[in-house]
Amino acid sequence: MTPQPVDPAVELRGITKRFPGTLANDSVDLTVQRGEIHALMGENGAGKSTLMSILYGMERADAGSIRIDGREVTFGDPSAAMAAGLGMVHQSFKLFDSLTVAENVVYAAEPRRFGLVDRAAARRRVRELAEEHGLAVDPDARVGELPVGLRQRVEILKLLHRGARTLILDEPTAVLTPAEADALFAVLKSLAAQGRTVILVTHKLREVLEGSDNVTVLRDGRVVARLVTAETSADEIAAAMTGRAVELDRVHAPGTPGDVVLDVRDLTTDAVHDVGITVHAGEIVGIAGVAGNGQSELIEALAGLRPVASGQVSLKGRDITHASATERRAQGLAYVPEDRHAVGTAPAASVAENLAMGHHRTSLSSKGLLPPASVRAHAGRLIERFGIKAANPEVPASALSGGNLQKLLIGRELAHEAPLLLVEQPTRGVDIGAIQNIHDQIVAYRDAGHAVLLVSAELSEIRGLADRVLVMYEGRVTATYTKDEADERALGLAMAGGAVAPTEAVD
Amino acid sequence: MFFDSDLLMSALRALTPILLAALGGALCERAGVFNIGLEGMMLMGCFTSVATSWFTGSAWLGVLAAALAAAAYSLILAVGAVTLRGDAVVLGIAMNLLAVGLTSFLLRTVFGVQGTFDDPSLAGLPLIGGFTPLAYLAFVAVAVAAVMLSRSVWGLRLRGVGEAPDAAATLGVSPAKYKYAAVLISGVLCGLAGAQLALGNVTLFSENMTAGRGWIAVVAVMLGRAAPVGVLLAALLFGLAEAAGFRLQGVGLPQQATDAAPYVVTLVALFLSTARRRRRTANSPSGATT
Ligand SMILES: Nc1ncnc2c1ncn2[C@@H]1O[C@H](COP(=O)(O)OP(=O)(O)OP(=O)(O)O)[C@@H](O)[C@H]1O
Ligand SMILES: [Mg+2]
Repeated sequence: MTPQPVDPAVELRGITKRFPGTLANDSVDLTVQRGEIHALMGENGAGKSTLMSILYGMERADAGSIRIDGREVTFGDPSAAMAAGLGMVHQSFKLFDSLTVAENVVYAAEPRRFGLVDRAAARRRVRELAEEHGLAVDPDARVGELPVGLRQRVEILKLLHRGARTLILDEPTAVLTPAEADALFAVLKSLAAQGRTVILVTHKLREVLEGSDNVTVLRDGRVVARLVTAETSADEIAAAMTGRAVELDRVHAPGTPGDVVLDVRDLTTDAVHDVGITVHAGEIVGIAGVAGNGQSELIEALAGLRPVASGQVSLKGRDITHASATERRAQGLAYVPEDRHAVGTAPAASVAENLAMGHHRTSLSSKGLLPPASVRAHAGRLIERFGIKAANPEVPASALSGGNLQKLLIGRELAHEAPLLLVEQPTRGVDIGAIQNIHDQIVAYRDAGHAVLLVSAELSEIRGLADRVLVMYEGRVTATYTKDEADERALGLAMAGGAVAPTEAVD
Repeated sequence: MFFDSDLLMSALRALTPILLAALGGALCERAGVFNIGLEGMMLMGCFTSVATSWFTGSAWLGVLAAALAAAAYSLILAVGAVTLRGDAVVLGIAMNLLAVGLTSFLLRTVFGVQGTFDDPSLAGLPLIGGFTPLAYLAFVAVAVAAVMLSRSVWGLRLRGVGEAPDAAATLGVSPAKYKYAAVLISGVLCGLAGAQLALGNVTLFSENMTAGRGWIAVVAVMLGRAAPVGVLLAALLFGLAEAAGFRLQGVGLPQQATDAAPYVVTLVALFLSTARRRRRTANSPSGATT
């Protein structure tokens, strides 16, 4: 409205950061104007999270400067960045599981009464913010008991409570369904319209194209493209990220189903009711559904991490309803869990050790010992096959970028060659090049005659991979589609509960 | 009659030192520091209270000095586990061993005696209604700790620090500060526990006189799930066991057997609570999923 030049909300100049063996950021410049939604893209390990950590005062740059609203700053820690009006939702959430939603939101910025936390005010505040921004969540729920999607809302509420003027979101939609992601973008757009600024790290082209104003692309720690969203295309961004042309959203050829491998009958457990599923050898069965409709609980019950209340589960004709997780693995089940940090990997152990886990009892063990040479060779093979980006196999898993950790986990589980693979959100937080690789690997796994049960919140993933699609809604399988029937509209409707009560209007 | 008000009175007396120490341990637990140095800190409190009371003639100065000395001693854990990131279990064990040696050595050099120092003119704590003021203080401390932990800003931040220090740090809350505070408070409380033991329950100092009460306090922290009221109930259980032990002695059971009562109760309680927790984690998903 005014012609006078406004200082950019965030201006990074020449940011350089070196980790042992990796140049994570190489003289990066990034300018973000107030009121814009700026997307930061790049392959796994390109240095996006590192750059944001530096901006947020969690890491110190080796060189470079930061300006916020035109003023040069140096943040020694995140609280200094917060005081300057920045707020960040991290790729791995930073929440207190045993505390309530309200406690998490107001933590370190508590409303007080007589020196005590004013819990009524905290609850009210959460409700207000939730209502205002469409981020409904129960203020009294324990965060640890919330599904991932809701936990993220808590993270965003935390920033809004602190009145952050610039929001940094590191892969915020990785855990959301398309509908939830759309809702999030509505929130972000209204925030931007209020003059707040959003920096968005993401791998999803669709949301970048629909939701952002500008795009900066990093590759190997350097800025390789600065694009205006309105003037670019998915192909151009993908090409900038990978340095080659990428074929987006492929639909793989169907498999040729053989014998039944997994047979689930009337399975009931927490949040799962009377679910029946069969998965054949050479078949990928996809489970679609909005997060929190029982998919995670179902997979956990199948993996042996959650007791079965009633029903029957058999694997290759053998009853495993009450078998332990270890027994199931021995019977031929591999499992890629949704939560790669807490369940899937050991962050302090090295990449090689993480890759060896689960194989230590079988292929890698020799007379009860674990020869370091075989562990190294095994790690080397998987790193190569799945393109895991690590300085070397000895670095701890915690030094891997989010997407690379995911590749590690998938690689390790596929290497079991188990007849049944349970896989949840296989490409969450994985860049588009690597998504292709992982999809190819899963399809190859199927074509080798294995059965795959896939849970994904990503419709394009379900549609691209699955030979049959089941939709879960409120703990039940409410619809089944063949590959051809499973179009976006039908799935979307069923996911919203439309398959249960077709007469009811859905939005 | 076996259960009467006398038994309850002596149970309450027996529980005071355990309760004070366990409250300190619970705070540490909540802040994410596993404190098994309670025994050693308590023993330092015992000696300091007796020595100070003896030389100044004031039991109250003895109490004050005990609190200060044990707090200073607790710095070993704070610096070692928080600043230097050492292993809290190793540090706690070292503190317990060191306290036995140090107080025995001081007993010899300061009082020139071995084993036990007692003297009729050693000033003990006054009794009000059969209890020392510290016993009342212990109950007040339970209430204060309960309110502070669950309601205060400080308590909320402390719980956050104990659960996810890096999350707290990103919100500008220094985990180290809260951990130090918890450890130092546990030092003060253990000092008071020691003073209660040496100037309240008895009026003397003898080598290793805490006799495992600090360890029982550690168990009380676990049994009580590090919640003040839970810890109170657990301490009450041990107090009753100790009092019942005395009572059984009167019935003619050998002292070795009756003295063992609180420890047997500890073992049984630990066993039952672990078994229960096992069953729960086996039946519930939360252990596996989050
Ligand atoms: N603490 C660390 N120690 C060593 N190397 C690290 C550390 N943190 C990050 N790196 C390396 O720096 C590079 C950039 O990592 P970063 O997490 O910034 O990637 P990213 O772009 O966020 O990737 P993703 O999309 O997978 O999250 C990677 O090669 C990573 O392995
Ligand atoms: Mg990242």
